[in-house]
Amino acid sequence: MKLSIITDNFDPASLAIKMTQQDSQQIQRKAAMAVLVHAEAGEIAARLRNIPLPAHETLREPENGLVMLRGRVGGDGAPFNLGEATVSRAAVRLAGGEVGFGYTLGRDGEKARLIALCDALVQSREFGVAVEREVVAPLRENLAAQRKQRAAETAATKVDFYTMVRGEG
Amino acid sequence: MYVAVKGGERAIENAHRLLAHARRGDQAVPEVTLDQISEQLGLAVDRTMSEGSLYDRELAALAIKQARGDLIEAIFLVRAFRATLPRFGASEPVDTGAMRVERRVSSTFKDIPGGQILGPTFDYTHRLLDPALAQGFVPEAPATAEAVTAATPRVTDILGRDGLIESSPQAEPDAPVGDLTREPLDFPADRDLRLQNLARGDEGFLLAMGYSTQRGYGRNHPFAGEIRFGEVEVEFFAEDVGFAVPLGSIELTECQMVNQFKGSATEAPCFTRGYGLAFGQSERKTMSMALVDRALRARELGEEVTAPAQDEEFVMSHSDNVQATGFVEHLKLPHYVDFQSELGLLRKLRKEFAEANDVEPMQEAAE
Repeated sequence: MKLSIITDNFDPASLAIKMTQQDSQQIQRKAAMAVLVHAEAGEIAARLRNIPLPAHETLREPENGLVMLRGRVGGDGAPFNLGEATVSRAAVRLAGGEVGFGYTLGRDGEKARLIALCDALVQSREFGVAVEREVVAPLRENLAAQRKQRAAETAATKVDFYTMVRGEG
Repeated sequence: MYVAVKGGERAIENAHRLLAHARRGDQAVPEVTLDQISEQLGLAVDRTMSEGSLYDRELAALAIKQARGDLIEAIFLVRAFRATLPRFGASEPVDTGAMRVERRVSSTFKDIPGGQILGPTFDYTHRLLDPALAQGFVPEAPATAEAVTAATPRVTDILGRDGLIESSPQAEPDAPVGDLTREPLDFPADRDLRLQNLARGDEGFLLAMGYSTQRGYGRNHPFAGEIRFGEVEVEFFAEDVGFAVPLGSIELTECQMVNQFKGSATEAPCFTRGYGLAFGQSERKTMSMALVDRALRARELGEEVTAPAQDEEFVMSHSDNVQATGFVEHLKLPHYVDFQSELGLLRKLRKEFAEANDVEPMQEAAE
């Protein structure tokens, strides 16, 4: 298979440059959400107390609902509906106009609201760095440590096969 | 004659009050908490979530507590609860290939890339009751080893590379994904609906159906190609946000069954497959599901449909334990009027019989 390189194809390349800023913010928001959803509401709230918060309002009150979880036939085929999960969501607007969204598994509306607040802060020129440093980064470290521990415990149950040579003992 | 059917309110109220008392049991014994159920009866919670078709550990634990440990009653409670919430939409399909694997075994290849990982399993235990658990048992800390970050590809992907196994059916572009919670079941049903039905189907029923295929009622020569359990991330495309947002992770068990091969004049022979997927750690469930999924593909694979496990109408109409228990258990509700009419008919028939055979009709005590 031949992979195209950027010089083959100027049009998408220039489009990519235009998209970069929006994309990189989206990647950043998604990366922050991917950490926050694994934290408890109390942990996020405690971390948020380390930064002076701008004025903000709840744009959408926390709401609980369902998301149908999908799998794929054979793991990699056509999608099918596996079963639902509870999800809570909320939206928050900062005084500066940034709108943040919070979605999380479970029914903890406060957690959804806090994620929405963080998402708004991540988008803000003024608070983006602080929320990453004070809230997201330490939670990411905790999550990584938990996963590392779990992976180490799992690794200890990996089977080491050895071959019994015929004729011996 | 008019039969009064009102009444019994006080008896019902008092019966429920007595139920609450019986549920609590001896009040000198500490009350069980939802955390205790979720942490220490985790597999009961997993089953309740799977068959209740709702991933929410806390709700499943509450249902188990309320149902006094009757899991089908708990599943019923969870199903009833889900009907009270709005649906935001459907998730992106989860990628089980990217699972943070906590257990992964293959009975087909000893040396699978990523290795055989036993994880927390009952396998190889001696099934002897452990008196140490009867009181204040503190387990040893788990052993640890350096985790290699090597990928754990699915066994079916490895076989697939060489064309030795059929590939998974791909979605038709823009084809809607069937949802039996929205549309009533119709036959023949496509594989997406069948898998949804099996995923929420009763474990005991699927176990019996799967077992029946092994014993020869629709044999399909299975190997457990791979069973894996672990966490996968869930994403949901939220219209308001404009991209797929992470929702968190869920625990899943997946079973890839590798089955007897088929081939034709135009296609080289290759293994066929059956698939199982369920919430939590549910190995018996996913293995049974994969066996039944494969059996239900009989028509598609040109096999003769001879056994119950191959009959999709039979399997799908009887797999749901909430439906099944509803119909079976409704028999204990008052059927006085129905029964009176049957009784009337029976008496008439007996009278006719007596007259025709010239015997003296017996006088019934209740008449």
